[in-house]
Amino acid sequence: MANKKNSVLPGFKLTLGYTVLYLGLIVLIPLACTFWKASALTWDQFWHIVTAPRVMASYRLSFGASFLAALINLFFGLLVAWVLVRYQFWGKRFVDALVDLPFALPTAVAGIALTAIYAPNGWIGHWLAPLGIKVAYTRLGVLVALTFIGLPFLVRTVQPVLEDFDREIEESAASLGANRWQTFWRVTLPMLRPALLTGFTLAFARALGEYGSVVFIAGNMPMKTEITPLLIITKLEEFDYPGATAIAVVMLVASFVLLLAINFLQWWSHRHYAPV
Amino acid sequence: MVPTATISTPRRAAPRRVTAEPPFVRWLLIGVALLFLGLFLVVPLAAVFAEAFAKGIGFYFHSFNDANTLAAIKLTFIAAGIAVPLNCVFGVAAAWAIAKFDFRGKTVLITLIDLPFSVSPVVSGMIYVLLFGAQGLVGPWFIEHNIQIIFAVPGIVLATIFVTFPFVARELIPLMQAQGRTEEEAAHVLGASGWQTFWRVTMPNIKWGLIYGVILCNARAMGEFGAVSVVSGHIRGQTNTIPLHVEILYNEYNFVGAFAVASLLTFLAIVTLVLKTWVERKNTALRGAEN
Repeated sequence: MANKKNSVLPGFKLTLGYTVLYLGLIVLIPLACTFWKASALTWDQFWHIVTAPRVMASYRLSFGASFLAALINLFFGLLVAWVLVRYQFWGKRFVDALVDLPFALPTAVAGIALTAIYAPNGWIGHWLAPLGIKVAYTRLGVLVALTFIGLPFLVRTVQPVLEDFDREIEESAASLGANRWQTFWRVTLPMLRPALLTGFTLAFARALGEYGSVVFIAGNMPMKTEITPLLIITKLEEFDYPGATAIAVVMLVASFVLLLAINFLQWWSHRHYAPV
Repeated sequence: MVPTATISTPRRAAPRRVTAEPPFVRWLLIGVALLFLGLFLVVPLAAVFAEAFAKGIGFYFHSFNDANTLAAIKLTFIAAGIAVPLNCVFGVAAAWAIAKFDFRGKTVLITLIDLPFSVSPVVSGMIYVLLFGAQGLVGPWFIEHNIQIIFAVPGIVLATIFVTFPFVARELIPLMQAQGRTEEEAAHVLGASGWQTFWRVTMPNIKWGLIYGVILCNARAMGEFGAVSVVSGHIRGQTNTIPLHVEILYNEYNFVGAFAVASLLTFLAIVTLVLKTWVERKNTALRGAEN
């Protein structure tokens, strides 16, 4: 499979062998085993499990809320990246470091903290309650949690592109008579499109599988506020392994498609937008 | 670094650049961005400590004076203590193979290494239940030989290894690819052995990247919830990590206890961010010095 070319350095067999062995044992064999387990079901059984009304309701919530959360982050992530790259203000370094908080804060902690804030008697919840807006234990709560965990993906993909952005392009647009908004909308934004799309897909993929931060704030009502990962756990706790496996296969296929999409996006942006 | 000559003009006399926004737009954008970050990031952070100290400092420390909490802290350290070094060795080995040699299927290998990041934590835990559980593929064999993996410490360690699998590798692979192989080749030609080349030439070059990967890997290992939750079985004092213990306290309506224990993890997250920022600075400073 592998041929060692153009290198006098030692350790090729040892390191590649260890890499493949470790990858196989920890990741590939267990994952393949899941598909193998699912193949014990007939197609009809599989289809019946993964299209049951309660499961369909969970897809709608998981995919819908993840999409909306990624959309919110698309806007605010660009805004935060823009502000961090283009402007100077007091405390900027602190804000820059803070953006990674959702990466660093364990999801369970994020979950209980967001629930405490948005509960009807919480810091933000008690302002929203008189307006008739309930966040905790509703779908809106799911959206808040997924927005929280997705934010750094957008900021961290857009920020480096914006940092390397050639300001002369904007200057030429301005000198040709474009106003600031036209320059942004017609010149800057199209150049950021691949980064935005990649960040959006990363945030969406992460939100789709998210569990810890959502379960506390969601209320977990079947058909209403139950996300797909939670449904897998519920099935496992009922020892319904075929059911859990079938739904997990759907989730895995969705993540693989998204992974391919992300790889394709990176290849595409590299091809079309790489600096000449 | 080469000092660059700049023409200094009095600040207030400088006209607004054509590629800058008017001040009120600038301040509006900064304001909205900070409001959003404050609402979504600062408020939850503050809420953890506010809730943890809601009944005073005595109550806060009282929460840690509990055998189950201490057992959870110990188990978290055990799981991270095994997962982080193993993934570290893997990351270095994978980066060495990928950066220092040419072989077919390299891109596929890199994609496969990243795979655990795109798998839902819940599914990450479930795959081990399907493999090592009582109804699993090889589970019955292990149970016959009195080795319990699922609902026991080995399962927790495995799930932790899986979710933190790519952290060190994905930090080192691009770094070592960018550094190339000439330095190692020179050392090798001059008679250094493989290990000498690695420790004396490669290691100093990748030190900061490695530390960076370890910091992120450790933060995830100690904070993982979903994957560990599936394999743990939630046996108090035995198979609960810190995040799982937080969940139990929370579900028992012991909010002060839950947030007190959660504040430990929050503190870990803050330390992680500070270290991460520090290493990033160090890295840019090094790169600046080289140029």
